Amino acid sequence: MKKNLTIALVGQPNVGKSMLINAISDAKLKVGNFSGVTVEKKEVEFDFKEYRIKMIDLPGIYSLKDYTIEEKVTKKFLLEEDYDLIINVVDATALEKNFLLTAELMELEKKMIIALNMMDEAHKEGIIIDNDLMSEILNIPCLKISAAKRRGIGKLLNKAIEIAEKPLSKPKLVFSDTVEEEIDNIVNFLKEKGYKSQISYRELAIKLLEEDKDFYNIMREEPVWIELLPIIREALEHLYIHYETKNVEEIFAQERASFVRGVLTETVKYQKSFQETLTDRIDAILIHPVFGIPIFLFFMWLLFQATFELGNYPMELIDLFFASIIDHTKEILGDGLIGSIIADGAIAGVGAVVSFLPNIVILFLGIALLETTGYMARVAFLLDGFFHKFGLHGKSFIPLVTGFGCSVPAYMAARTLKNHTDRLITLFIIGFMSCGARLPIYVLFTGAFFPQEKAGNVLFLIYIAGAVFGLIAAKVLKTFVFKGKDEPFVMEMPKYRLPSLKLLWHTVSTQAWMYLKKAGTFILAASVLVWFASNYPKNPELEKEYAKKMELTENKAEKTALENELKAKLLKESYLGRIGKATEPFFAPLGFDWKLAVALEAGLAAKEVVVSTLGVLYALGETNETSQGLKEQIKKNIPPAAAAAFIVFVMLYLPCFAASAVFTKEAGGVKYLIYLFLMTTASAWTMSFITYHAAKLLI
Amino acid sequence: MDLTELKPGEKAVIKNIKADEELKHRLLSMGIQKNSEVALKGYAPGKKVLKIEANHSCIAIRDEEARKIEVFKK
Repeated sequence: MKKNLTIALVGQPNVGKSMLINAISDAKLKVGNFSGVTVEKKEVEFDFKEYRIKMIDLPGIYSLKDYTIEEKVTKKFLLEEDYDLIINVVDATALEKNFLLTAELMELEKKMIIALNMMDEAHKEGIIIDNDLMSEILNIPCLKISAAKRRGIGKLLNKAIEIAEKPLSKPKLVFSDTVEEEIDNIVNFLKEKGYKSQISYRELAIKLLEEDKDFYNIMREEPVWIELLPIIREALEHLYIHYETKNVEEIFAQERASFVRGVLTETVKYQKSFQETLTDRIDAILIHPVFGIPIFLFFMWLLFQATFELGNYPMELIDLFFASIIDHTKEILGDGLIGSIIADGAIAGVGAVVSFLPNIVILFLGIALLETTGYMARVAFLLDGFFHKFGLHGKSFIPLVTGFGCSVPAYMAARTLKNHTDRLITLFIIGFMSCGARLPIYVLFTGAFFPQEKAGNVLFLIYIAGAVFGLIAAKVLKTFVFKGKDEPFVMEMPKYRLPSLKLLWHTVSTQAWMYLKKAGTFILAASVLVWFASNYPKNPELEKEYAKKMELTENKAEKTALENELKAKLLKESYLGRIGKATEPFFAPLGFDWKLAVALEAGLAAKEVVVSTLGVLYALGETNETSQGLKEQIKKNIPPAAAAAFIVFVMLYLPCFAASAVFTKEAGGVKYLIYLFLMTTASAWTMSFITYHAAKLLI
Repeated sequence: MDLTELKPGEKAVIKNIKADEELKHRLLSMGIQKNSEVALKGYAPGKKVLKIEANHSCIAIRDEEARKIEVFKK
C-alpha cells in the first residue's frame, strides 16, 4: 500500500505553478471546480517512491484576504481542508513582491516549503540567493528549482516527504517590537486563562490584531471574549498611534514588508546593478505609445488569417473523409430509414461540425499564446484608456477576446473583474464577440459569396463589426442601465516568457476535446432530432400522387423536377417545416425563408447546429448529387442580401444553450438571462433588418 | 506631489496613499505602500494609464488611481 500525501500549491499569479505541475512527468491531471464556485481547480496525482502524491494547484493570489473570489477559495482551503503541507511557489526574480504572500502564509503556522522557481532566469539576471541561510532565518526549507527547465523537482518532492514525516517546526516570522509586544500580551493572557484553541495562541493573536472577520466571529462565542476585548482594544490603540493610521491592513502590510526586506537583504545579492531586462526591451516595442496598438491589430489580423487560410487545408480532407463514410454507410445499410438516419442525420451533422476543428484549434492556440506569453496583460494596458471610454475595463479585454474562442470560458474569465457593474456590462456584450462555433457559419457563407482570397478579409470584417457593436452596446448599458463606480485598474504586467509546449498542448487539447465532446453528444442528438423533424410526419398520399405523375412522363429532366418538387413539398409539411412556417412572419422582414428561420432556431441549442441543419435542409433536395457541396447550394438558394442579413443575425443573437446557462450563473440570476435574450434578439433583428434593406439597395 | 507628476524614468518614495479600502488592498497586496520605492516607466496611448515599477515588477495603473498616491523624490 502506498502512503498518501496531499500538497497544496500556493503562490502569486505568474510564478509558474501550472508549469510546475506540468513538469511532473507521468502525472494524471484532473481539472474541475472548487465546490460551489466556478474557480478552476487543478489536481495531479502521481506515485513517487512509496507515496501516492496528490498536488492541488490553488488559484494564484496576491494576498490571503477576502477581497476576491480566488482569495476566498484559497484561504478557505488552507484553513479548513486536509492537507499535509504547503509548497509556496515564488518567482525568484521578484522575491520582494512574492514574499509578501509568503509572510502571510507563515502566519498560518503550517508545514511549508518555499520553492524558489525560475532560478534559471534569476541566474541570468545576476541574482544570487543564499537559500541555506534563507531556510535558517525563516525556519522553512527553501529550494531552488526551475519548472521550465525541469530542474530541482525531484529534490523538492523528497523534501516534501521529509517535512510531511517530521513534526511541525514553526516558521520564524518576526514583527517589529511594537507589534510583537502586543502579540505577547494577548498570548500571555490566553495562557493564563488556559484557553483551549485548535490553532496556536500566536496565530490567534495575529488574526485578532489583523481584524480578521472569521476569527472575530468564532471568538465572540467564547466566554474569554469579555476579558480579551479590552486587551485587543488597547493593543490596537497603541498600533494606531505608532503607525499614524487606523487601517490595520496597512499596518500589517508595512510590518510584513519590513520583515521581507530584512530577510532579503541578508540572503539575496544583486550582482549586476539594475539593468534593462529583456522584458523592458520587448515592451519598448510592443507597448510603444504610437506603434503599440497597430502592432496589436496586426497580431489579431494574423490570427484570423491563420485561422481561415491554414485551417482550410485539413478542413477539406476532413470533409472528403466524412463524405466517403456517408457513401459507405449507405452502401452497407441501404437507402432506407436506418441508412438515412445514420448517414444523412447523424454522420452528416457531426461531420459538418468536426470539419471546423482545425479552425478552432488554431484560434484557441492563438489565444493560449497571448495568455501564456504575458502579452495579454500588455493588451489590457494598451486598451484600458480606450475601453474605459465605453464603460469597460482594460481587463474586460481578456474575457472579450476569449469570447472569440468560446463564450463559456469567456463568461468565466469575466470574474477577473471585481466590480459588479463592470462585470455585468462585460458579461452582456461577450456574446457579440463571435465565438468559434459561429465561425463555421461565417466560413460557409463568405465562402459561398466571396472568392477564396477575399474570404479572410470579409471574415475579419465580420468579427470587427461584432466587436464594434459590442462596444456601442456597452456604452449604452453603462449610460442607461448599469450606472456606478468604476473598478480600480491596478494590474501586474508579468515578464514575457516562452510558454512550455506541454502547457500549450494541454490548454488547446482540452478545449478541442470539449468542442468534440459537444459534437459527439449535444450536436449528435440535435442532428438526429433535426433529421427526424424534417422527415416526419410521413405523407404517403402526396408520395403516391407524385409517383403516379412520374409514371406518366418519359422525360428524364421532367422526372427529376417532379422528384425535387415532391421533396420540397414533403419538407414543408414536416414538423421542422411547420415550426419554420409558424415563425416565418417574424423573420420575413429580414428576407429569411422558413429554412433559415429553422436553422437559427436550432442554433439556440448550439451554434454548430446551424450549419448541420442547413446541411440537412439543403442536401435533402439533392441526394443524387452528393459531390455538390453545401456552399453551392447556399449560393444557389439564398439571395445575397438575405445572406448578409443572416450573418448579422447570427453575429448578434443569443449564445448557445450551454453559454446561456453559464451566463445566468455568472451574472447571478435568471432575470439577467431574460434581459440578455431581449437585448440580443432586439439587436439582431434590428441590425439584420437594416442590413437586408441596405444590401438590397446596393446590389 | 502625486505619482502622475513624475516624469517617465523618475523614481520616488511613497509618502501616503489616500485611497478607499478596496484600492488600498489592491495596492498593498502588490507591495505598493508607504515608504516603498516606485518609478514611472511610461504611459499607454492616450496617457490615461501609467506603467510603474515597484518591487521589481511592472504594474499598470489608471491615472485616477495614481493621483491618490502621494510621493516625494529622494
